[in-house]
Amino acid sequence: MFSSPSAPRGAAIVALGEYQPSRVVTNADLEERVDTSDEWIQSRVGIRERRIAGPEDTVTSMAVAAGGKALAASGLSPEDVDLVIVATCTVEDQIPNTAATVAARLGVPAPGAFDLNAACAGFCYALGVASDMVRGGSSRNALVIGSEKLSDWVDWDDRSTCVIFADGAGAAIVSASEEQGVGPVVWGSSGERADKIYLRDHQYLYQEGQAVFRWTTTELYKVALEALERAGVEPSELTAFVPHQANLRIVESIAKKLGAPQALVARDIVTAGNTSSASIPLALSRMIGRGELPSGSTVLTLGFGAGLVYAAQVIRIP
Amino acid sequence: MAHSEQEILEGLGEIIEEIVGTEPSEVTPEKSFVDDLDIDSLSMVEIAIAAQDKFGVEIPDDQLKDLKTVQDVINFIQK
Repeated sequence: MFSSPSAPRGAAIVALGEYQPSRVVTNADLEERVDTSDEWIQSRVGIRERRIAGPEDTVTSMAVAAGGKALAASGLSPEDVDLVIVATCTVEDQIPNTAATVAARLGVPAPGAFDLNAACAGFCYALGVASDMVRGGSSRNALVIGSEKLSDWVDWDDRSTCVIFADGAGAAIVSASEEQGVGPVVWGSSGERADKIYLRDHQYLYQEGQAVFRWTTTELYKVALEALERAGVEPSELTAFVPHQANLRIVESIAKKLGAPQALVARDIVTAGNTSSASIPLALSRMIGRGELPSGSTVLTLGFGAGLVYAAQVIRIP
Repeated sequence: MAHSEQEILEGLGEIIEEIVGTEPSEVTPEKSFVDDLDIDSLSMVEIAIAAQDKFGVEIPDDQLKDLKTVQDVINFIQK
């Protein structure tokens, strides 16, 4: 037998942070670029405006900004962090990885650092990994970040995709805790449907809208309900449902099937667009900032995207 | 079990009312989903899913684009 560190009883999110580029792109701005309209965009995807990175914003810089805010909000010092995971699918360069650079820029000395690609489910995957690392005693304080610059991978002449995707980052600190504040992750994949969302010509995001809509609105509520069940939480106990902000119609369709009419449903996409793995921590952080999620409230997350991959868990708001 | 044309038409009327709020009397065989009933591609998926639940006939996504009118859907379900 090997000796093992004395593991804490639980892991919990102790702080969140977010970053959005300053440049606002409205539907009216897009009308000037492609054949579309504010009415069309709002009725199909529910977006009014989105944030698009400026030349100074990279996946790394946005991750640093969001991660730095989460770190500051946690009251921890950079030395306390021993694990940094950056969930992203839009890095500028595959080598070197993003997480090590992010850690160095935040002054976190020599943590475990890796990137994780589970597309738009990336934050829920990374949170599940971090939570179990902390519970298992391998990490005391983990920084989990979702950061995406989708604008680099969008064909700005394709009106079916350029109206949807946007840029931003969100982050959470997961720390050892007396009580478990992150429920078991319920995750999975469906690689036989890899062709439903992919990079066309290795360059431009493409999705089969109808197939993705059918998948998300008929199958994913079961994943969400299983996450509730695994955490021992009744739908009636939910304060909020914060799924990946893919499309407002998908968000609302899944929410309707949860049997939790009292739960606040995140509608961050309306002003933030679809920011892939950043959308859930971004929405959480912004909702906390507006006072919509009181400390101790119970929130269900659900990430889903290219792969196809999906993951859900219940979290307690710090 | 086969459904009569009238049953399917009435069923589609209920489904379309539920999804986009159109009066069932507006849903007649010659109507085009896009041009007459103002139904978009995502609502078509919702109609296909609801029609499958009601009539037990799956309408795959790759067939949806060929189903332009209410009559097209009735024919597909009866086929």
